[in-house]
Amino acid sequence: MSNLKDTLQTLSIEGLWKNNPALVQLLGLCPLLAVTATFINGLGLGLATLFVLVGANVTVSVVRQWVPNDIRIPVFVMIIAAYVTVIELLMNAFTYNLYLALGIFIPLIVTNCAIIGRAEAYASKQPPHLAAYDGFVMGLGFALVLMLLGGMREIFGAGTLFAGADRLFGDIASDWTIVVFQTDNPFLLAILPPGAFIGMGLIIALKNYIDSVYKSRVESESITKVERARVTAES
Amino acid sequence: MMKLRVSSSPHQRITRDTGAVMRLVMYAAIPGLLAQAWFFGWGVLIQLVLAITICVASEALILTVRKKPVYFALTDYSAVLTGWLIAVSIPPLLPWWMTFIGCAFAIIVAKQLYGGLGFNLFNPAMVGYVVLLISFPAAMTQWTPTTSQNMIQPDFADALHIIFTGFTVSGHDIEQLRFTVDGTTSATPLDYVKTALTQGNTYSESLAHSTFSGGFFDAAGAGWGWVSLAYLAGGLVLLQQRVISWHIPMSLLGGVFVTSLILHMTNGDIFGSPLFHLLNGAVMIGAFFIATDPVSASTTPKGRIIFGAAIGFWVVIIRVFGGYPDALAFSVLILNMAVPLIDYYTQPRTYGHRAKRQSVEQK
Repeated sequence: MSNLKDTLQTLSIEGLWKNNPALVQLLGLCPLLAVTATFINGLGLGLATLFVLVGANVTVSVVRQWVPNDIRIPVFVMIIAAYVTVIELLMNAFTYNLYLALGIFIPLIVTNCAIIGRAEAYASKQPPHLAAYDGFVMGLGFALVLMLLGGMREIFGAGTLFAGADRLFGDIASDWTIVVFQTDNPFLLAILPPGAFIGMGLIIALKNYIDSVYKSRVESESITKVERARVTAES
Repeated sequence: MMKLRVSSSPHQRITRDTGAVMRLVMYAAIPGLLAQAWFFGWGVLIQLVLAITICVASEALILTVRKKPVYFALTDYSAVLTGWLIAVSIPPLLPWWMTFIGCAFAIIVAKQLYGGLGFNLFNPAMVGYVVLLISFPAAMTQWTPTTSQNMIQPDFADALHIIFTGFTVSGHDIEQLRFTVDGTTSATPLDYVKTALTQGNTYSESLAHSTFSGGFFDAAGAGWGWVSLAYLAGGLVLLQQRVISWHIPMSLLGGVFVTSLILHMTNGDIFGSPLFHLLNGAVMIGAFFIATDPVSASTTPKGRIIFGAAIGFWVVIIRVFGGYPDALAFSVLILNMAVPLIDYYTQPRTYGHRAKRQSVEQK
């Protein structure tokens, strides 16, 4: 059991931080950059991607014994496309306004390399429960970056947060919008595509900075340990 | 009589450091600055002080964070020059916080994040300007009419007030200040002609508007023509002092001239004359003061000619067919991207070596 727990922990760290699909693998950048003009759009696409990622990973893992190696990519793509169709119809039915706002980027989840990347690299070699968990943390890591970037661009660009929450959560959320500052001149750069690239670059830089600080701290700790060991050896 | 020195190499001595060059560029820009202040009021000078302060402060801040020598980098005056160029590019009564965003972005992102002076791929001042232009398109095209045509004459206190609060001392806002004596809202010459053309007027009809009265040529907007000439004069001083080489300014002006001449000859009713394109907007200051930035421009003689001519070409093309009235900043940034390619293919032949292509063929 402890073995399983270790595996799950490794998977979590990999998906959320060390091998984050958006920040480290830089996969699925097209939807990431295109729809993150607001927090809610990012959250919506993040949830849709999470759903597809979990579903596709489980299915690929279940059928992995019967899929011939030569045609595995077409098979994976068809499995992913099936889940994307499901989520597209669901969003069309239940969150119609969000469906309109995300537009072409819902069907384009099929081409999100993060999903086929996980199917190929992990799900096609692992049992379903591990594949499902991997899909979940990878999707969560992707969705968190989408939300972070969306929130950043929304605050800097329009001065609001959670605008259009009713698109995702229904009428109950219509007054969730937080106005951070009021402006007649929205900072269009943040809302337009260049803002996505710049914001993404800043987030990656921040992650690398945190990593380097963490690494130097770990190194300084390990150096002190070495000194102690030497003392014990002498005595 | 030239004094001949006999000594070992190097024989070429640097007589000016970076700071001296940057200061010379600024001295040469003073006539243009004064002309702008004369025609567009105190706002120009207030923006100058504001922009330079923000640029120098941002530079000092980032240098401190990067643990680089602050005093050394600040005394090369490059941040001051960046602030200066942004200040004369933006509308004189732009709200202070927009100037702040533009200057901070130029120094922090376009210059220091790329590694500081000498490492920036793009001209920092133009990056700052473009960030403002695409972020606040309305505010960035709100130029007031030249002071002789202004219905309300803002004095120093008015200009200071409107930049920092949005209203003059007597309570006018920027829209009211833009009214000319004949009661219409003013626009820059380039903007005016662009709008007039979309409304079905011909080019020569649009020149009859008061925006163009008082210029020394039919095509030069009131005030704008004189500002351009003042920058031309300053630019010629820079050439004479050998701060810049002739390649970029001359090929840029040539590119503008040839492209607009061809268009004007194909259809003089919808395409402005070469004089119209040369004397309005940012072409003159761009040719001598902006495109010649030694860091982000091409470095080979042949490459500089290509660089300048292509900027001139794109200025006219974007002005005529694009969505924005002026295009110098966009053109400079486009060509900044092409500089590595241009430099690669225009390497001059080293003395004593054959040209690259010949030696390859012989092998």
